[in-house]
Amino acid sequence: MIAQNFRHALFCAFITLVISYPILGLNLEAQGISIKLTGAETQTYVGIALAVLIVFLFQLFRPAILGGLGRVKALNPLVDRQPMPQEKRIRFERVALVLIVLGAMFWPFIASRGAVDLATLVLIYIILGLGLNVVVGLAGLLDLGYVAFYAVGAYTFGLLSQYYGFSFWMSLPIGAVLAAAFGFVLGFPVLRLRGDYLAIVTLGFGEIIRILLNNLTDLTNGPDGIGGIPDPTLFGMEFGRRVKVEGNTSFHEVFNIPYDSTHKVIFLYLITLILAVFTLFIIRRLIRMPVGRSWEALREDEIAARSLGLSRTAVKLSAFTIGAFFAGFAGTIFASKQGFISPESFVFLESAIVLAIVVLGGMGSQLGVILAAIAVTILPELAREFSEYRMLVFGAAMVLMMVWRPQGLLPMTRVHINLKKQEAGVTDHA
Amino acid sequence: MLVLENIHTHYGKIEALHGVSVEIQKGEIVSLIGANGAGKTTLLMTVCGDPQASSGRVLFKGEDITHKPTAQIMRSGIAIVPEGRRVFPGLTVEENLHMGGFFTSKQEIRKSQDHVFELFPRLKERRNQRAGTMSGGEQQMLAIGRALMTKPEMIILDEPSLGLAPLIIKQIFEIISTLRDDGITVFLVEQNAKQALKLADRGYVLETGRIRLEDSGANLLANEDVQKAYLGG
Repeated sequence: MIAQNFRHALFCAFITLVISYPILGLNLEAQGISIKLTGAETQTYVGIALAVLIVFLFQLFRPAILGGLGRVKALNPLVDRQPMPQEKRIRFERVALVLIVLGAMFWPFIASRGAVDLATLVLIYIILGLGLNVVVGLAGLLDLGYVAFYAVGAYTFGLLSQYYGFSFWMSLPIGAVLAAAFGFVLGFPVLRLRGDYLAIVTLGFGEIIRILLNNLTDLTNGPDGIGGIPDPTLFGMEFGRRVKVEGNTSFHEVFNIPYDSTHKVIFLYLITLILAVFTLFIIRRLIRMPVGRSWEALREDEIAARSLGLSRTAVKLSAFTIGAFFAGFAGTIFASKQGFISPESFVFLESAIVLAIVVLGGMGSQLGVILAAIAVTILPELAREFSEYRMLVFGAAMVLMMVWRPQGLLPMTRVHINLKKQEAGVTDHA
Repeated sequence: MLVLENIHTHYGKIEALHGVSVEIQKGEIVSLIGANGAGKTTLLMTVCGDPQASSGRVLFKGEDITHKPTAQIMRSGIAIVPEGRRVFPGLTVEENLHMGGFFTSKQEIRKSQDHVFELFPRLKERRNQRAGTMSGGEQQMLAIGRALMTKPEMIILDEPSLGLAPLIIKQIFEIISTLRDDGITVFLVEQNAKQALKLADRGYVLETGRIRLEDSGANLLANEDVQKAYLGG
């Protein structure tokens, strides 16, 4: 036991050394035209040695340390928490959601412009997370190419506005429907695939879309992207200093207030908020409808679901299509927010982040997805003072999170539907 | 009620069933016995349309269902209790049952649920328990109950005794005979030949993709070949 621990500890210490020494201990310096390899300061070496020592000691006495920690109950306040009864939990969740939405509605008027801008991004990720949650969390289909639908939504708006002068409001449904159509089409080849194979095919699909956008230079302008995408308007009122489109009026002139560039930011934020709430509401309803039940049944056991007469094709396609629809939504908003899109915005990392949001939030749980979207988007911003180490901090936070709560922030608790004897027909707690 | 005419089924290039014919009358319990790899499950899957028969016909209530999609077949009055029970582990007992009634109205769900709870009082006690946390016997009861929720005219059971204690097996088989009393036709596929044949009105013996014997349950039990091969002498 001890010998085994010792060997393991030695190995961990060695890995620490191998990882940290080249990164921290060696510097490449340009001297004139040649590059020289120089060592770091003594202080750094001491630091590395200390780190190695700490890792070694921790791994050596790990059982004792963790055992000791486990006994300290105060460290984990959730340890003997009873799950809330269903009615109470549903009420709590509903109140929490309403409060969050209300707070989010008034918040931008007191916050700074940068914060509101970031919050818009958070909301976009919330829409994406909720959409992917349908595919991954509920239907149990691991989709690694979700960003493709996001790209379809964004490029639909970009191209329509560039070639035909479509406005945001006209493009929003078109972008979403087109993304849904792509989801439907992708659904067919992956119907027979499960698990890893499904993940690979969807991953490939995500890349195909990005590479297509990159290479269809005549249409999409390739890597240069599409610029000058218009902002959303409010009943024909524009938020810029000057009116760009003939026939539109300008917001500050109509209301006779001085021009302020934050109006636009806040307006976009509010639109995104409304769409996020819309997404949340629609998917909440869907989960409680038979189609939501059938997604879960398929995730739980495909053969059993089919033995009950559920069509695998219909269930999977509906999940893919609905998930993609909301990604198209998010994409359109994103294009409008940035005013410029290029294939660079739709790399695999985006898919990974959205997936991280779903997993971190607790697969299937909507409140969890919202919290995770906030955490995943805000955390790298907060960690900015660590400059180049901020992704490291982010990674560490994710690892800790998974150790601490492997089921996610707020694991999905399923609402069950009671058939009450006295009130026939009324079966829903929603 | 269910007629299989000269069914051939292929997995890719390999033929698993070489011309199997089976006939099940309304209200009967028919057992199909056979060793591992004889093609029992393949036969059932062919009835369900996955894989579909490469030649021959499957008739249910006189209608040709050979090339219908699985989902449609399963909604036409046939219910199957799949091998290994396959309850939805994360859903509660009640939710599992409701999934069974997916294509029926809410009133009917309530009615058939009461019926299932009458048949399996144990399930009523555990109605809010997650199915995955129940014992094998309880899960088997749930799987049968869930199949009953589809209001089937015929129920197919694939190895309901698999991995269960003898006492539980006895209970399950008792339930199966009450199903017949309710007017449901039962097609029972079993390796547990003795129990299955005792219960059955008629039986078939399947060997390497062919029907070897067909007789009444009692006759098959008495048959020397069957005794030697399936009943341990």
